[in-house]
Amino acid sequence: MNYRRSFFITTCLAFGFAFLYIPILSMVVFSFNASKLVTVWDAANSPTLKWYYSLLHNEEILDAAWISLKVAVINASGAVILGTLAGFGLARFEQFRGRFTLNAMTTAPLVMPEVITGLSMLLLFVAMEQWIGWPAGRGITTMTIGHMTFSMAYVTVVVQSRMATFDIALEEAAMDLGARPVKVFFLITLPIIFPAVLSGWLLAFTLSWDDLVISSFTSGPGASTLPMVVFSKVRLGVSPEINVLATLTIAVVTVMIVGVSLWMTRAGKLAAAAAAAAVAAAAAE
Amino acid sequence: MRLLPPSSKVGISGRGLVVTLPYLWLVLFFVVPFVIVLKISFSDVDLAIPPYKPLLEWVGQNSLAIKLNFNNYAFLFTDPLYVHAFLNSVKVAFISTVLCLLIGYPVAYGIARATPTARNLLLLLVILPFWTSLLLRVYAWIGLLKANGVINNVLLALGAIHEPLNMLYTPFAMYVGIVYSYLPFLILPLYANLEKMDWQLLEAAEDLGCRPWQAFYKITLPLSRNGILAGSMLVFIPAVGEFVIPALLGGPNALMIGRVLWDEFFSNRAWPVASAVAILLLILLVPFMMWYQSVQARESASAR
Repeated sequence: MNYRRSFFITTCLAFGFAFLYIPILSMVVFSFNASKLVTVWDAANSPTLKWYYSLLHNEEILDAAWISLKVAVINASGAVILGTLAGFGLARFEQFRGRFTLNAMTTAPLVMPEVITGLSMLLLFVAMEQWIGWPAGRGITTMTIGHMTFSMAYVTVVVQSRMATFDIALEEAAMDLGARPVKVFFLITLPIIFPAVLSGWLLAFTLSWDDLVISSFTSGPGASTLPMVVFSKVRLGVSPEINVLATLTIAVVTVMIVGVSLWMTRAGKLAAAAAAAAVAAAAAE
Repeated sequence: MRLLPPSSKVGISGRGLVVTLPYLWLVLFFVVPFVIVLKISFSDVDLAIPPYKPLLEWVGQNSLAIKLNFNNYAFLFTDPLYVHAFLNSVKVAFISTVLCLLIGYPVAYGIARATPTARNLLLLLVILPFWTSLLLRVYAWIGLLKANGVINNVLLALGAIHEPLNMLYTPFAMYVGIVYSYLPFLILPLYANLEKMDWQLLEAAEDLGCRPWQAFYKITLPLSRNGILAGSMLVFIPAVGEFVIPALLGGPNALMIGRVLWDEFFSNRAWPVASAVAILLLILLVPFMMWYQSVQARESASAR
């Protein structure tokens, strides 16, 4: 390699990662700041855990987090089932009626501006309520349906790209030995693609947990998710508690991502960190 | 040797069952809603719940009248606010995409050329912010950019400036926010594309006397075309309709169409106007979505 060029690339990498991480690190650092001004460091009283204490006693935030958690878990579980079926079908069956449409319907939510998805979902729920009386009002159920619809698209892509490198001979061997297709799927296919399914679940959980726009459209009174509460607080300016929330989120995500990567490497499912590859593929597909 | 294509192993009925559930789900919750948006974009605003008038009305005894109201669309084209918001959104999304490419390409390239161990670590570092809440990451920039924020404090302490720069609630802040939030979406597909590159091509070119920059321009860049396109679409399309970033960083004058739609809906309760905005935005973006899908199809075909 040409030295001058690698120096240039290294500089770019350093700049790129500094850009990605300085804002995150600043939130972590200032979460320990005693000052209410957030970004003005109060050297006399810092570091302190007082904002951690006040966040964990903030009823509004805790209630919202509980709602977010419920929606995210149900969403992820539903999205994983729908997305795995779609991803498996698209990867395995080369031709079927509606393949093109299914492909388009699972690609579009990945890029669709959220305001459009959110508005259209809400109008559907309103119309359905007029026609068939369900869903009566809006809240956790409608939000979960909204989240499932866009997060299943991500699961589909993750599963589909894993299936692309799947050795079909394994399935064929099982079928030659007389196993029914359903049994083959649960005994052979699912265990092999399980890392992708798990990544899909985690991705769907995160998408739902972080979503503001679709939740705002499809939610009703009394069902505010964590991002909705954070957004209304942040609109009024910076708040030390939000820094704490960000720090806790980053800690959980880091532990989760590193843990899953290590587990996958150790499990020997993939040589590289499979979560990383799956998400990279998700964004690429 | 395989005599039959793999799909033939599974019967038609089994195949049907597998894809029917996700298919019906998406038709009901993703496609049908757009039809309803289209319908409501042609209706009148009404002071009722829901706040629009039905399109179909019984006139007299046995005649059903359809009332299509084009006023919402006419309104969008005559009021300069909406036209301006549309044009501005496209401009902001385009410039953000170019900035993402300028920052993201060298990063993706650097990761693809790193040693396998370093590569996994760097990839993990790109993905980590992608998994952290967008809202919180945008919020971080408020703390960095505001008048008594981190950047101003550092610059003041260094003596580089004498009074705080006005950065928050400006177009600059909005661009920073969009580029920052969407950067991983560009780096990841570009990396996935560059990772498959045959680097011996570059060595061959250099052996034949090509300058490194020339080799990059003539070989790497054209070969990564699909990665560039896919990554750019993943930034451009959602950025046109972005709401959160202009709302938090852009200030009151940051006119983006996603924000206009939000305000029409939540503040003005003008559901038909919001629907018309959504339909026009969709018409604008569908060609790009189809382009994206065809790039993806090409990319996965070349991977096989």
